[in-house]
Amino acid sequence: MSTAISKLAWLATAVVGALALGIVGFERGENVNAVWLVVAAVCTYFIAYRFYGLFIGEKVMRVDPTRVTPAVRYNDGLDYVPTNKYVLFGHHFAAIAGAGPLVGPVLAAQMGYLPGTLWILAGVVFAGAVQDSMVLFMSTRRDGRSLGDMIRSEMGPVAGGIALVGVLMIMIIILAVLALVVVKALTGSPWGTFTVMATVPIALIMGVYSRFIRPGRIGEMSLIGFVLLMSALVYGQNVAESPDLAPLFTYKGEALALILIGYGFVASVLPVWLLLAPRDYLSTFLKIGAIICLALGIVVVMPNLKMPAVTRFIDGTGPVFSGSLFPFLFITIACGAVSGFHALISSGTTPKMLETETQIPLIGYGGMLMESFVAIMAMVAASIIEPGIYFAMNSPAGLIGADAVKAAAVISSWGFAVTPEMLLEAAKDVGETTILSRAGGAPTLAVGMAQIFSGVVGGKAMMGFWYHFAILFEALFILTAVDAGTRACRFMVQDMIGAVMPSFRATKSWGNNLIATGIAVAMWGYILYTGVIDPLGGINTLWPLFGIANQMLAGVALIMCTVVLFKMKREQYAWVTIVPAVWLLICTLTAGLQKVFHDSPAIGFLAQAKKFGAAIAEGKVLGPAKTMDQMNQIVFNAYVDATLAFGFVLVVVAVLVYGVISVVKARKSDKPTAIEVGGGEVKHA
Amino acid sequence: MPDFKTMFGHLKHASRMLVGMPDYDNYVAHHTAHHPDTPVMSYEEFFRNRQDSRYGGGPGKISRCC
Repeated sequence: MSTAISKLAWLATAVVGALALGIVGFERGENVNAVWLVVAAVCTYFIAYRFYGLFIGEKVMRVDPTRVTPAVRYNDGLDYVPTNKYVLFGHHFAAIAGAGPLVGPVLAAQMGYLPGTLWILAGVVFAGAVQDSMVLFMSTRRDGRSLGDMIRSEMGPVAGGIALVGVLMIMIIILAVLALVVVKALTGSPWGTFTVMATVPIALIMGVYSRFIRPGRIGEMSLIGFVLLMSALVYGQNVAESPDLAPLFTYKGEALALILIGYGFVASVLPVWLLLAPRDYLSTFLKIGAIICLALGIVVVMPNLKMPAVTRFIDGTGPVFSGSLFPFLFITIACGAVSGFHALISSGTTPKMLETETQIPLIGYGGMLMESFVAIMAMVAASIIEPGIYFAMNSPAGLIGADAVKAAAVISSWGFAVTPEMLLEAAKDVGETTILSRAGGAPTLAVGMAQIFSGVVGGKAMMGFWYHFAILFEALFILTAVDAGTRACRFMVQDMIGAVMPSFRATKSWGNNLIATGIAVAMWGYILYTGVIDPLGGINTLWPLFGIANQMLAGVALIMCTVVLFKMKREQYAWVTIVPAVWLLICTLTAGLQKVFHDSPAIGFLAQAKKFGAAIAEGKVLGPAKTMDQMNQIVFNAYVDATLAFGFVLVVVAVLVYGVISVVKARKSDKPTAIEVGGGEVKHA
Repeated sequence: MPDFKTMFGHLKHASRMLVGMPDYDNYVAHHTAHHPDTPVMSYEEFFRNRQDSRYGGGPGKISRCC
């Protein structure tokens, strides 16, 4: 009886999901409610978890409930702690969900909400969640060792070394792009700049409080921080409206970039308890809170999707990011569909806290489905905005000009009717002087969130508050990522240079610390600066590079998983990781090579260098450059970006070659050759 | 009658784990049971130890994503 009911319930879920997906996919006009998108996504997640996530756990991994996990084997109450599965789910989710899933879908909305939504759903089910759970499984069977370590031991030291260089390059790109998102959001916005700057003294107060006044009271300090933060947010409006104070917090992109670079250096050499830890607490709680509120808000307000299902920009002529639907849509939405960075988290703290292997599908697969849901909500937030306003916010100034009249004319000529009054009104509603060319996802998401939240609390009068709340919440966790990421890069730099100069490894040395931090900051800072002065506005150029890097890391992780499956003699199930690995390799290699060699200067870096180089030869200056020096810099930067993109391609091809060699070797052996720890079937390494 | 005290305890544990801070009582219980001969860290020491471990790191220690 109960099995019959359960079967009926799953059938009902499938039917509702299919219905919702049908409405989302085939209904035209302005009458598709965002709730259908949410329902379609949630039904997909349940079905995928029940029928694919659990299948992977039972058949592919063959999780063993009797096998001792690292948390039990090494239980120390500190790093290795068997943890309740729901608590661990929260921990894992908080670690994987950052700014990525909020930005990609917003940019991808330029092709309409449908292509991006379908990729988010298909990507998470067949690639992203598979990667996260497989890496978690493999790390759990190897004492919770890191991805780099596992690649080294399963595929050889050369493959491991190449993968490490790849990870460092990806970190650099991520930090640069995330910092660029903050720069784009804060340029010329005194309200936003003031509140984001206020987070620094607030974090310092929290840090001192939890170190000396009431040691270790996370709840109290977070509450104090939250109250101060909201006060700063409210007061920010006065700052923006004051003729004396506003100029103090109004900056151009270049200045903001330099401030961020300096801040990144100082923040990451300070002791962790003073700035990084308190801000991490604040941003984590704010992030989880904001995500829950956004989900509730969408269900309560039930907004209609105003963006068409598919726009004409699927042909690759879109202003937000360049390149056609294949491969660039699949690159633009990385986090939320599949994110290679998660392989580092799934082989980090989470495997050290699993109570039993049977929880791997819930935490690895389920955790990624949850992040995908965040991406769907970002897609909703971007699609309920008037499309004309969306394009005004996300197109580079080089295309739409810098004033509302010209921008409205250009965007209307693309078929998205908008008037200058609408653009000015939208800026006024959220307490800004202009909303033009604020690419990078955060401001667009903030406008969408402000529409939803103000529909629940405060109405139009509160839109400015909610807009800046959303900006603050994104900037806060991006700054935390910049700080933590710079530290991680510093250790990687020390480790790599230490390989040839062992004294450089000493992490306690202040000299080493300052030099390695300086190198790390210089690398991402340089790319950030090139993004700020980029002719296409930076995001257009750098976000695809980030997407390529992130997805290539996923490809590398999936190649490793495939190798291990062959070494475990489970090749009949290897398609589970081969299929997404092949798809990711096709997308990223195509996109990577197009970014280098494409004929269009908007897509190919070499073509861009050639175009500006030719202009230099004729003595002409092309916008946005104003001097010959800037022209030369753009050419040089294009070569740097081309080198980076080609570097990513080489890393992936090299890992693929080593993967194939390892698979061939594994097939020649008639016994399992995977190097696992514990359990009876495979000997201890 | 639901047990609010236990529920609050779970919620507190879960929120602290969101930022990577494990349960102190559990650590003390584990330590007294398995290593009675070595001194137990005070809550203050435990808090500092966990903060340094989460953020102080080393190569490859990445606690959060983009």
